[in-house]
Amino acid sequence: MSAEQVLQYIFAGITVGSIYAFVAIGYNIIYNTTGIINFAQGEFVMLGGMISFTFSRFMPLFPAIIIAVLITAAIGGLIEIVFIRRMRKNSVLGMIVVTIGISILLREAALYIWDEQIRALSFFTGTEISSVSVFGARISPQVLWVLGVTLVIVGGLFFFFKFTLTGQAMRACSENSRAAKLCGIKTDSMVNFSFMLSAGIGALGGCVVSPLTQTHYAMGTDLAIKGFIVAILGGLGNPIAAVAAGLILGLLESFSISILPMAYKDVISIIILLIILVAKPSGLFGSKQVSSLKDF
Amino acid sequence: MLKIRNLEAGYDKLKILKGISLHVKSGEIVTIIGANGAGKTTLLNTITSIVKTTGGNIDFKGVDVTNVSPDLLVKKGCALVPEGRQLYPAMTVKENLILGAYTLYRRREHKKALENLENIYTMFPVLEERKTQLAGTLSGGEQQMVAIGRALMSGPDMLLMDEPSMGLAPLIVKDIFRTVEELRDKGKTILIVEQNAKAVLEIADRGYVMETGSLILEGSAEDLLDNNDVKRAYLGRDYKDFTD
Repeated sequence: MSAEQVLQYIFAGITVGSIYAFVAIGYNIIYNTTGIINFAQGEFVMLGGMISFTFSRFMPLFPAIIIAVLITAAIGGLIEIVFIRRMRKNSVLGMIVVTIGISILLREAALYIWDEQIRALSFFTGTEISSVSVFGARISPQVLWVLGVTLVIVGGLFFFFKFTLTGQAMRACSENSRAAKLCGIKTDSMVNFSFMLSAGIGALGGCVVSPLTQTHYAMGTDLAIKGFIVAILGGLGNPIAAVAAGLILGLLESFSISILPMAYKDVISIIILLIILVAKPSGLFGSKQVSSLKDF
Repeated sequence: MLKIRNLEAGYDKLKILKGISLHVKSGEIVTIIGANGAGKTTLLNTITSIVKTTGGNIDFKGVDVTNVSPDLLVKKGCALVPEGRQLYPAMTVKENLILGAYTLYRRREHKKALENLENIYTMFPVLEERKTQLAGTLSGGEQQMVAIGRALMSGPDMLLMDEPSMGLAPLIVKDIFRTVEELRDKGKTILIVEQNAKAVLEIADRGYVMETGSLILEGSAEDLLDNNDVKRAYLGRDYKDFTD
């Protein structure tokens, strides 16, 4: 394999990995406030791509993306009010099953509203044939967009959860929602906000990667599984680690293609999930101390 | 400061509180003692509106606070130190404390919150030493300090405490109760629910005895310590000890 080829594989891996990371970030935000895994997260990515594509026919690209992010965030908030809020008194497992139902609902709704055709947003800068040269490898400028947006979101989230009062209050809700109430935190609005935030971030991810990977109404399921593997790999509850884990999984998949047949790509990620769950359930970057203080 | 009239509450059909009436005056330490299952914790949870009231009313500083949302009571100046401490275990000590002042920060009173934090660090110096440690890794006594500190962060006039001695060694219980006395001397009003009757009656001004959802006895702390029924039921003395 030549050096350029290696670079080509690396960039392909990073692109795919970023999409996984977007899904995993969403998982982590909702997990951080409610302690549940929202399996409809992949559908938010799909909705972002679909809605922005529809609006981009009437307006320039960037306003269309902003509208798509806002609409998807609103859908996320609505899902919390309609389904999750009344389930919260029951069990965590019950809520997780509900999110699987919501994911099916969103997928079928998307099939009804749009159709089964594959769509793609236009490239943010240049066209599909334009490329920039990085250390001798030719990559699409869109890859740089994906990387840039991922970095900004990771930085923003790190700051938000660690240093802002709202971010800390959201974490408090997941750790002990009764105590959070006693501190005067409105737990309902925090949970609602976490759904909006992760839906919005998922949608933004869906827009940024759409030119490269296309958007399809059923793409969510696959992403949900990969994103879940990434979230576990990085350590549940840690959005920053999720990005690192996403890139690792993306690179592994991308390089596996050069050795194994393409069809075995998914096998790799499932094997990784099994190994992690058995060997280090707190994830690659998760601290044992922290995870021992949590429910699961 | 706190007046409760004929309070009734429970879980679904199970009635726990059967007409509780009590009052706490400003600057007092009042205790409610009683055995397991008497309804002490339910009473505090009802005052903070975590359990809904089904009858009667609660009056705090002259305002009716029956069934208001928990954050409103915190804003009004009444904070609960919950049973079993209920910290945020995977967050640092400092973050735990900061979140206690959530309502202050929301009202943009950052200075006051910072002041409260300093006061808590002076009261519990060990918390300042451990401010970056995860709360769940502290010892039981230190966790209780964080719980008390967190409740104090909102700058309340009244503190409700639910079994602060739970699971602590006798020496540490003494420390905690000394802190409670200090707080009273600083002008806080305290309602404290306890099973450890002897320890708490030593610092309290007045007390109530609770049994299966009703208050059966009321009196000054000395009277209760002398009361034969209290001695037998809660202070672990035999009839023989005082009938002979």
